[in-house]
Amino acid sequence: MSAFAHLPSVSGQPPPVARPGRHRLLPYLLLLPGAAWLFLFFALPLVQLATASLYDPNDTLSTGYTMTWAFGNYPAALQAYWPQFGRSFLYAGSALVLALLMGYPLAYAIACKAGRWKNLLLVCVVAPMFTSFLVRTLAWKTILSDNGWVVGLLRDVHLLGPDGRLLATPVAVVLGLTYNFLPFLVLPLYANLERLDHRLLEASRDLYANAWQTFRRVTLPLSMPGLIAGTLLFFIPATGDYINAELLGTPNEYMIGNVIDSAFLVRLDYPQGAALSLLLMAATLAVVFGCLRRAGAEELL
Amino acid sequence: MRRALRPLTRRGLLTGTVGVAALLATGGAGCGIPAAQQTGAGCVSEDLSDTEKKLAFSNWPQYLDVDDESKRPSLDSFVSATGIQVTYTEDINDNNEFFGKVQYQLSTCQSTGRDLMVLSDWMAARMIRLGWIQKLDPANLPNVEANLLPSLRDRPLDVGNDFAVPWQAGLAGLAYNGRVTKEIRGVDELLTRPDLKGRVTVLSEMRDTMGLLLLSNGHDPAAFTEAQFDAALDKLRRAVAAGQIRRFTGNDYAPDLARGDIAACIGWSGDIIQLGFDDDRIRFVVPDSGVLLWSDNMLVPKKATHRANAEALINHYYDPAVAAQLAAYVNYICPVQGAQEEMAKIDPELAVNPLIFPDDATLAAARVFMALDEQQERAYETRFQQVIGA
Repeated sequence: MSAFAHLPSVSGQPPPVARPGRHRLLPYLLLLPGAAWLFLFFALPLVQLATASLYDPNDTLSTGYTMTWAFGNYPAALQAYWPQFGRSFLYAGSALVLALLMGYPLAYAIACKAGRWKNLLLVCVVAPMFTSFLVRTLAWKTILSDNGWVVGLLRDVHLLGPDGRLLATPVAVVLGLTYNFLPFLVLPLYANLERLDHRLLEASRDLYANAWQTFRRVTLPLSMPGLIAGTLLFFIPATGDYINAELLGTPNEYMIGNVIDSAFLVRLDYPQGAALSLLLMAATLAVVFGCLRRAGAEELL
Repeated sequence: MRRALRPLTRRGLLTGTVGVAALLATGGAGCGIPAAQQTGAGCVSEDLSDTEKKLAFSNWPQYLDVDDESKRPSLDSFVSATGIQVTYTEDINDNNEFFGKVQYQLSTCQSTGRDLMVLSDWMAARMIRLGWIQKLDPANLPNVEANLLPSLRDRPLDVGNDFAVPWQAGLAGLAYNGRVTKEIRGVDELLTRPDLKGRVTVLSEMRDTMGLLLLSNGHDPAAFTEAQFDAALDKLRRAVAAGQIRRFTGNDYAPDLARGDIAACIGWSGDIIQLGFDDDRIRFVVPDSGVLLWSDNMLVPKKATHRANAEALINHYYDPAVAAQLAAYVNYICPVQGAQEEMAKIDPELAVNPLIFPDDATLAAARVFMALDEQQERAYETRFQQVIGA
């Protein structure tokens, strides 16, 4: 408002008055379903979770749980399970690097080089999502099986020892994460790269930039929004995932998701499970906001 | 000017903190979880069986005989004999998951919509302890009284046989794949033999794994002390640290064992018998130190309105002929005495299978796990989960 205050008024007429009544309320009415949804399925559960994380840790199911502001649950949970926390971010981070190395060229190829194969390639990226997440992960058990050809080949070329294996190692978990969440990275990136203005690439070449310089100075910065969106869509679920660690790893590869699962369902330690969930959420948000802040992401938010 | 995010101001932070605290305070005042314990007087269930010939039966998948036309012969014979319409649902996939599903209703004394459900012994113990299960009337269960296997009577979870009647039972013991390793005899061998390193899986079910380990130390899983539990757990911890154990599994060890990715494991007799049909080199081993006998139990939850109908069904399945029909399909240990003779008429080969009808010596060596109270359960489960990494 203040920016325009110094401008002379164009005409002497007063600005048009907004019509009173329904129309002013309309935007809010339109917001209502979404807001109600968010309140019911996001805000309420979150408050419930935060409350549960402050229950008295010595309460049991038969006596019931009472909220006693037991903030000690947080340090206790973190102290008991910090290795799993570290592992979650380490594995998700490694998987992200792998996924970027594979996903960026893939998205670029589909968006810019595929020609008439574009739709087919897109279907190929999306098609695995039509089968269940569990089935896809279980398929990796067969692929990486000790007696399978992948491990056989790696043993033959001495990348693995004669008794070496891939299943039940961190490698298998990271590969599983990479595979399962790759489409979440590729699709936003593809959507972004597809809109890439090729005249800018030509201009770059006209200015004697070589291919690498063009990529580094033009394509990459322009694709940043897609890259950030893809990274977030990949990283957030990958950090919280527990299926891959459960099926492809061993207890030594368990991530924080496995711990939360066991806290809620097996050990019935609701305060600890809730505290861990909130800690995971906080840690993920910290990473996400750090990421957004660095990238300058008005386009995303 | 491009600025990614509004920087956090002191006022923003303060408002946020106060807001969250206010939300939590209102939430905290209203929330909390009420005591789940139910008492006989506090939660009365009425029985409408006399007027309603209906029964809602929840069970695990593939836990009932099915013939070629996808009919259920043993259940159909019950329906035609009694006129009670059974709604059969296979909606129990995991004890813990199912507990989460019915927890709210049962802890607040509401109907779950189920009249009969089948849960593993330790989960049955927990629900009985919480007062969520109706007491059965022995007068309606003459077949159970006459035919229930002695080793499954007066178990720690239900000393008077008042609440839980076994549906099927099974053994937790050792198994190995003879194609990739030589025979294995004991738990200690499984946890230390060098050629099995990294090719062993152990059940993530605490009672089965720890029960076998306790037995291997010469302790009784039905009555052990904390120190004995810790000694057994130490043994497991050493095996995990040495890399001997590859994974802690549920039922999913079976395909790994069949493929030979794992050479030996702690497993359940019912799974191994199935694998054995396809490959006779996969064998179940009863360790010298003893095996663990588990059971899945039929329970009538509080507020179920057809208890007498449920009792009629339980009684039906304790008829040896019906029990044999069921056992021939599901291949677990049949808890019904006299079914072996009936089985000989259906399938003589199965009738002599020691994993369906174990001999008296095996049953005598089989132990059941102690019934734990909630504090014990959490303490032991937490320690165990820490060793298995979750």
